[in-house]
Parts: sequence; C-alpha cells; structure tokens
Amino acid sequence: MPRKNANIVLELQDVTKEYLIGSQKIHALNGISLKVREGDFLSVMGPSGSGKSTFLQVASILATVSSGKILINGKDTSKYDEVARAHLRNKEIGFIFQNFNLLPKTSALENVALPLVYAGIDEATRLEMAKDMLEKVGLGDRLHNTPAQLSGGQQQRVAVARALINNPAIIFADEPTGNLDSKSGKEVEKILGKLSKEGKTIIMVTHEPTIAKIATSHIEIHDGKIKHES
Amino acid sequence: MNLKSTFLVAIKAIMVNKGRSFLTMLGVIIGVSSVVLLTSIGTGLQAYVTQQFEELGSNNVIVFPGDIFGEGGGFSRESQSNALLNNKLKLSDVNDIEKLREYVEFALPMNTRSDKASYRDETKTITVIGTHYQYDKFITGIEKGRFFNKTEDQSAERVVVLGWEIADKLFGKIDPIGKKIKLGTQTFKVVGVAEKQGGGFGGPSFDTYVYMPLETNFRIYDTNQIVEIMVRVRNKDQMPEAIKAIEQTMGKRLKDDEFSVFDQTEILNTINSILGVLTAGLGGIAAISLVVGGIGIMNIMLVSVTERTREIGLRKALGATPKQILFQFLIESALLSILGGLIGLLIAYLGSLALQAVFPAKVTMGAIMLAFSVSALVGVIFGVAPARKAANLSPIEALRYE
Repeated sequence: MPRKNANIVLELQDVTKEYLIGSQKIHALNGISLKVREGDFLSVMGPSGSGKSTFLQVASILATVSSGKILINGKDTSKYDEVARAHLRNKEIGFIFQNFNLLPKTSALENVALPLVYAGIDEATRLEMAKDMLEKVGLGDRLHNTPAQLSGGQQQRVAVARALINNPAIIFADEPTGNLDSKSGKEVEKILGKLSKEGKTIIMVTHEPTIAKIATSHIEIHDGKIKHES
Repeated sequence: MNLKSTFLVAIKAIMVNKGRSFLTMLGVIIGVSSVVLLTSIGTGLQAYVTQQFEELGSNNVIVFPGDIFGEGGGFSRESQSNALLNNKLKLSDVNDIEKLREYVEFALPMNTRSDKASYRDETKTITVIGTHYQYDKFITGIEKGRFFNKTEDQSAERVVVLGWEIADKLFGKIDPIGKKIKLGTQTFKVVGVAEKQGGGFGGPSFDTYVYMPLETNFRIYDTNQIVEIMVRVRNKDQMPEAIKAIEQTMGKRLKDDEFSVFDQTEILNTINSILGVLTAGLGGIAAISLVVGGIGIMNIMLVSVTERTREIGLRKALGATPKQILFQFLIESALLSILGGLIGLLIAYLGSLALQAVFPAKVTMGAIMLAFSVSALVGVIFGVAPARKAANLSPIEALRYE
C-alpha cells in the first residue's frame, strides 16, 4: 500500500515531448507533472492517441523529453546520454510489454536472465536467480521451455519474472493483459496485485477499466495532459 | 556484459539458424579452400621442380647457343629459336672446356632432335639425345641393363638407352634388353632402360628420351650440330669461378650474344619466379571469391539485423548499450567467417591429400595463416555495416517494429 511519506521514486516536472511525423510537429505530451512514491500502483488510462504510450516511453527513459525533467530516485536523468540511460534502465526499471517480447528459440530461464547479462553478472548466478524468479511466478516446471512451448499467460509470467529479476525501482507495464484471453489475463492481474502488495512500484498503461481497478491510484491522459487524477 | 557472454550470445544466434549460417559461411568456405588449394598446387610444383633439379646434381653448368636469357632477362621463345638457328657451338668447345681441369670434371656435348621409334608394330614419337657415355651421371638411374659404355661411345655403335615410358609403350611386358628397335630405317640395339623420372612440364617428358652415342647421332642424322654442352664441375663451391672460366674460354671464339652459360640455380630461380607469380595469381583469383564470401556475410547479417529488430530493441530496453549490440553482431559475423575459414581449411587439406595422388600439391603454413587471417578480417570488415545498423537502432522504433 502506498504511504504518503514514502520515497518519491519517479517525478515528472512539466514534461513535454514533441516529434515530427513528416513535416508535421506532434505535441504528444504537453506539460505533465507527476510524483510516484515507492509502493504506488499507478494506472494510466486514456483514449488512443492521447499520449499515454509516449508517457510510458518518456517516463521509463526509453525516450528523451523535449523539455522538463524526469527524476528517478531523485536523480535528474535529463542530461543522461544513451549509455547512462541504458545503465539506469538496466538497474532501476523493469518492463512488461503487451506482446511479451521474449527472445524466440530461447528458454524461459535465459529470457528471465537477460537483464542480468547486461548487469555483468556471471552465468551461474544469473541462471540461479532466474530459476528462483520463475518459481516465484509459478513456472518452476517450465524453466527450459521456449516461448513457442508456452501459453500466452505463461509467456507473460516469464516477462514479469524478467521485469523483476534486477529488483528495479519501478516496473512499467504496457497493456500487460492486452494480448491475453480473460483467464490468462486474470492470472497476470493477480500477480501484479500481489507484487503491489509486496511493495513494488508499478506503472501500468491500459485502456481496460476492469484491470485499472487493481491499481491504487489512477491518472487519465487526454491530448498530452493529465485530465483526471485520483 | 563480458566478452564471454557476448561470444555465447553470438554462438547461440549461429546455432539457432544452422541452415542459414551454413549457407552464409559457404562463400568463405569456398574462398578459403580455393585459396589454400590453388596455392598448394603452385608451391607443390615449386617444391617438385626444385627436387628434380637437385636430383640432377647442383654442380652442373650448361652452355647454350645464343643469348637465351634475351635482353630483358627470362626465357624468351624468340631468342631461343634464334639461338638454335644461328647455333655456333662446336665440338671443339667441349674440348676447350674440358681443358679447364682445375674446375671441370667433364663436359658433354649434346644433340637433340625428334624422331619416331618403332618395335614390331608399335611406333612412338621420341626425343633422341646424342651424347657421351658419362651422361649416365645426369639421369636418375638405370632400371634395366646399362648405359652405353665408353667403347660403344667411341666406336659409334648403334646402341640406345630407352626412356622408361618409351620402353613401356614399345615393349610392354617384353624385356627390351638386347632387342632391336628402328629409328627411321636404321636399326639399333637396346642396351638399357632409364628409371622413371616423370616431369618435363611444358616440354617432352624425360621418359620419352632415347639416348645414343653422339657420333652415332651425327652419322644417322648427317649433322655435327651441338645444341647444348653439359659441364660437371668438380666442386660445388667453385661454381662462380667455374662459370667465369667457362665464359672466358667460350668468349675467345664466340661473341657475347652467341652463347649463354648458366648453372641450374639460375634456371631454377627463373622457373621458381615464374611459378611464384603463377601461385600468387591463382591465390589472388581465389581471394576474390573470399571477398565475395564476405559480401555474402554482410548481406545475411543485414537481413539478420532487420529480422531481429525487436530483439535488438528489447536488449536495448533491458540495458544493452549501443557498443554491446555492436560487438554482439560484429562477433557473430566474425565467428561465421572464422568458422567458414576453418571448414574451408579442412576441405583444402583433404583436397590436397586427394590431389597428391596425381599431383605434387603442398599446403604451406603460410597459405593457411594467410587464408585464415583474411577470412577473419573479412568477417570483421563486412560485419561492421550490419553491426552499426543494429547499434544505432532506436529502442522504441525497434520494439514497435513488426
């Protein structure tokens, strides 16, 4: 549960993002300010084209801002170069994607261990940690299966394990149940709820109100601005 | 991410697409194996020629009519035929050279010409060598019978020694010793058969030679032409002095461009330099296929980068730096090319073993090192473009890529 005086892990200060499509300038984000505290489970909703995907990319420092600041654990990332951002993502950010984004023809174990490769952890430790994490998401018996041998729900649980493996400060989930049937969707929902109860900070972009309900706080983005906050 | 992990990722990528990896390597495999195999033929020839010359003895000096090496050095067909047309060598030159007792053990005049030899119904084209009995020291050995002796030589008897191939073709299983063969209308007694020598690249094989006393040769062909004088020097260390002395002796009677004196090292060097150019040429042509192989690798790696755009995006999102992605793809293409190089070397090695049955192929360490390092280099050079493309992908674009 979020605490009012918990540490601020993510702060957006008047963030804008513009990009060009052809010769047309698109204002995807028009001054977003936001604080996310440790243990928050924030749902981000909004119609398509509202800028919620851009919000996710910018907040997870996959993309740079056009103006404004993004602070992660109090550190201003706006001056970071690509390498520094890669290191920071590796350490502090976990990703869960709508389409899982697992490496094909690669075992669940190695998929989960992938972020540790770039953290410079040796192979034996990597695989040991990945095994523990897969057991935690209930896939202890699927360690050596490749994504093609797993159901959609199982694949997304592998992705969740991968997002957790570096013990990141924030987990970003982009429509995590969007590609799943309702039963598998419920499984993933349950895991996310459990993680939140354990104190993980989660930011989830979704357009399904039912799933947004499991979050503890909510924002709605319209035309690149926060419209509702609760 | 350390180097070992990068290697493992690259090896895995190669193994996951075994079929495609093999096809990619094929260009390098063919390139490396043809470079090594073709140069092995060249160097094998060089080694063979050198060996043949050394078997003849390295203390021989040969006097030819005319300026055989021509103006610019090297053999020229034109100067060779001119030399024979204006041949001014005489039997007396042989005696003059033999008078240089300090250096010269003996000097042999030689006359050669083509003819046909027949025994019963068999007829073969041969090269007739008219010379003296000491010539047996220049041939590898006698298989049957003997070389003609001093008496037969001096009394110009009608005796011949057959080259191995001629004896085989004319007589087959019959023992030729003591049999009579015909050259034109003349009859000759066979006294010996020379050992098999092989060789004679580009010219008649030694095995088709028929040797007879010089005087006999003069009489039946009604000539007193000498096309070559072979000189055996007493001591190998005296070669330069011996050549100089022979040149001086010949120079007293003939002009500088009416005779040529050289030893086998010179001929050997000339042949070796020709073969060296040949080897380099063959290797160069084969090296083109290595470059083509490299382009093949680049092509597939570019396709691979496009195919794996999402993977690259994911790796970047999870913390891979551009440099790490660059190395991943660079190592993958280098590994493909090195692996192709190793397979190519293996094929070349087996190929040269097979070739050795019919041809003196010789795989040298130099060729192996060269082909191998070039193939590794090709992999790195042609891997740069795809690897850079991968490294520069934006993670967002890459993750969105369908």
